Amino acid sequence: MTTHEAVLHPPALIAELKKNDITHIVWLPDSETNFMYQMLMAEPSIDLVPVCREGETMAIAAGLWVGGKKPVVLIQNTGIFESGDSIRGLGLDINQPLVMLIGYRGWTRRGPTPDSAARYIEHILHAWGLNYYLIETDEDADRISVAIAEAERTQRPVGVLIGAEFGSS
Amino acid sequence: MINNQDAVRLIDSKRDGSMIVPTMNANNVHFGLPTVTTDQSLDLPLSGAMGKASSLGLGLALAQPEKKCFILDGDGSLLMNLGALVTLANKAPKNLYHFLFNNGVYAVTGGQPIPGSGQTDWEEMAKAAGYAAVFSFDNLEDLTTGIDEVLAAEGPVFVHLAVEPEIENTPVQFRQRPSRTVLQAFQDLPEALGVR
Repeated sequence: MTTHEAVLHPPALIAELKKNDITHIVWLPDSETNFMYQMLMAEPSIDLVPVCREGETMAIAAGLWVGGKKPVVLIQNTGIFESGDSIRGLGLDINQPLVMLIGYRGWTRRGPTPDSAARYIEHILHAWGLNYYLIETDEDADRISVAIAEAERTQRPVGVLIGAEFGSS
Repeated sequence: MINNQDAVRLIDSKRDGSMIVPTMNANNVHFGLPTVTTDQSLDLPLSGAMGKASSLGLGLALAQPEKKCFILDGDGSLLMNLGALVTLANKAPKNLYHFLFNNGVYAVTGGQPIPGSGQTDWEEMAKAAGYAAVFSFDNLEDLTTGIDEVLAAEGPVFVHLAVEPEIENTPVQFRQRPSRTVLQAFQDLPEALGVR
């Protein structure tokens, strides 16, 4: 149960996705995004594509993109670790302008994190040469637009690390 | 058992403007051979990426619901991405036809048997995952006779094909590379579909 006051809420992110005409979110839920899921289910302009394993997301997104749609993926940082060959083969190798919204499990600005999922994720993104942005509050949400513009300009995947749990409204 | 190229030729002869996502043994050009399909502009071949042709085909089918999408998958490939059966059946695109080329081996790495070779019941797995229709063929004559019924069925359709292993044992760096790259296919298809 969340005891602190949430500073990030789904409407801020969904507004950014709608502003950029995102058609699909290919995703596997993580512990931080349940409120996001509930709102997306009620959002008629964006189709959710749930997957069984995160490596599927980049491939499904590639098919959607080459078929004329505009998807993003939404997974946890742990899922990025499992998705390596999909990011290589169906992100970087095909020049897919894919924005990956990544739940930053373990992220904190207060002292060291005991969570290795947080300690390794930025190193992994650096290793692939993938640029990324950090979102922690509603005021940061416009970085999604920045990431989408960058992905389209560079024809490469771009990460958006979501460093806070979503609040309920 | 069915020859790989015979199966691809037959499926291609019935494509009627459909998109084809072939991988491994069903992707002839993977072996440096000419494609046996008749419209490369609507082909989206995929090599590697750990069995993701099924996922790629799902995305394409969802993006183009008015056009049929044929996935030509491998058994070793599908094993690497087995959850895709459920993911695909859950979204249930009516225009998707998932052909499984089952040769029982990892043909492109020298012919080692895949786990469960000869005992995995692929048809029952597809049914249990929730595919709308499931077919199985182990000879070209029956496939030739049955292909129209397959393609008349509403998707997602799963088609199990027992095919001959065609073993490749040359180290990857010494193999003849296909003249048309995956990247080129990704650049050509949107133009053929009129979406970019």
